[in-house]
Amino acid sequence: MIETQALGKRYGDFVAVDGITFKVEPGQVLGFLGPNGAGKSTTMKMIAGFLAPTSGSARVCGFDVEEQSLEARRVVGYLPEGAPSYGEMDVRQFLEFIADAREVPANLRNKRIDDAIDRLNLESVLQQPIDTLSKGFKRRVGLAQAILHDPKVLILDEPTDGLDPNQKHEVRTLINAMARDKTIIVSTHVLEEVHAVCHRAIIIARGRVLADATPAELESRSRYHQAVSLTATDVKAAKEALSRVPDVASIEVDAQDGRITAFPKPGRQIFVAVNAALQERSIVVRELALEGGRLDEVFRSITQGGAATEARA
Amino acid sequence: MSAISTVCKRELRSYFATPVAYVFIVIFLVLSSAFTFYLGGFYERGQADLLPFFNFLPWLYLFLVPAVSMRLWSEERKSGTIELLLTLPITMWQAVMGKFLAAWAFIGIALALTFPLWITVNYLGDPDNGVIFASYLGALLMAGSFLAIGSCISAATRNQVVAFILTVVACFVLVMAGFPLVLDVFRSWAPQGLVDAIAGLSFLTHFASISKGVIDLRDLLYFVLMIGFWLYASAIVIDLKKAD
Repeated sequence: MIETQALGKRYGDFVAVDGITFKVEPGQVLGFLGPNGAGKSTTMKMIAGFLAPTSGSARVCGFDVEEQSLEARRVVGYLPEGAPSYGEMDVRQFLEFIADAREVPANLRNKRIDDAIDRLNLESVLQQPIDTLSKGFKRRVGLAQAILHDPKVLILDEPTDGLDPNQKHEVRTLINAMARDKTIIVSTHVLEEVHAVCHRAIIIARGRVLADATPAELESRSRYHQAVSLTATDVKAAKEALSRVPDVASIEVDAQDGRITAFPKPGRQIFVAVNAALQERSIVVRELALEGGRLDEVFRSITQGGAATEARA
Repeated sequence: MSAISTVCKRELRSYFATPVAYVFIVIFLVLSSAFTFYLGGFYERGQADLLPFFNFLPWLYLFLVPAVSMRLWSEERKSGTIELLLTLPITMWQAVMGKFLAAWAFIGIALALTFPLWITVNYLGDPDNGVIFASYLGALLMAGSFLAIGSCISAATRNQVVAFILTVVACFVLVMAGFPLVLDVFRSWAPQGLVDAIAGLSFLTHFASISKGVIDLRDLLYFVLMIGFWLYASAIVIDLKKAD
């Protein structure tokens, strides 16, 4: 379990993290979203015990990260931003070092190391110095050291950065597989990842939590939530038909591909009505889709909208 | 304790994973022999002791030890591994100590490899081996002090070149602390007590008295305190600077 209480970090006059409070239960994967410099990494560094908070507190499995630093660090597996590792060591040596430093019991040591190697497919590069590995392998070595001691809490700062789509998929599968009994925080720039791995997402900007919800809830905040989009041969007629549906608030036509999107009035559902209206006029529709909502749009409006209100205040 | 040895082992191993260790050892041995035999007049003196070797050692250390210490922490910070190291369940003190002991052991290995000199001098004559042993001990303690200073300076910057130069300067000042070069700066304005205190900080004075074969508790204490103080300072500097 991870629990933060008004956690803050300030450097002189600059406030990097401004009182963040949240709680993550075991079995939950929390996604940290936010623009660069929003305070995601700083927050994770404080929970992982690298940086000391300047205000508030954080607890990991009940251990205060400042007062009971060693106990807290023992239960955490941490992948720092950029997945740093000792480049001159080979993969096996590096993992052995981590196992020793993490005080993995001697009878479990080899099993745990082999398990981590197996889970991240590092078999083929075991004897290579880490410096000579590709970016993807380096990231996987970083992940291997984070999960090596089978920690209860995992803090992963951009775990899929620099991986190719196949590797991204593997890492997401790994996170999902581990999610059942662990508490996991993942930071990411990739919004599709939120859907793939997170049960809950927190959007941070300028050191503050601007949203804390499930991915589906976030999407429902989108303008596109419950909107209907379609492509038709006769754009003009289709537009005309849509405008007569009572619950349609507005209609937009994409200038590039001619895709028409009808936005509902707040809280209304228009899919059935739109479908009926189109059939009634026998308008040929090549494609018709109900939009779930677009996370990138929600992300933009939350993080930039916040800036606008703040500028006014 | 085991955390210290884990960190120390990893660090020491990494010295030998790159050519740096071998280059250092070869240069150290070549230079120390050159100084001993040519500048020190090892044969010409006609005396069976290692004074020519130990006389030049502080000056050799002045440049070679900072070359070892410069990467201690600045590299960790530059590559970001400091974040990895300090989020492991080990204390700051264990990390500082482990890395320092590795560097010290490395210098110790290089120093131990000068044993042919000791054998030579025993072959040629009948030296006072007690004095030689004390000198070796003094040399090791002095190297430890240089390293501790270097560790602290290395923690303050992520640039190894800067760390090297500053460490050389700091060590030079401490080596020369008992000489007019440094003392004259203070004599004009500082009270005599302070000037004496600074003179008492000189590496050379303490090293010289140990290498005469007199292992005085005060000299040992001086080096131990020196190492302790600078390592403590290292821990504080790392804590302050790790955020940036």
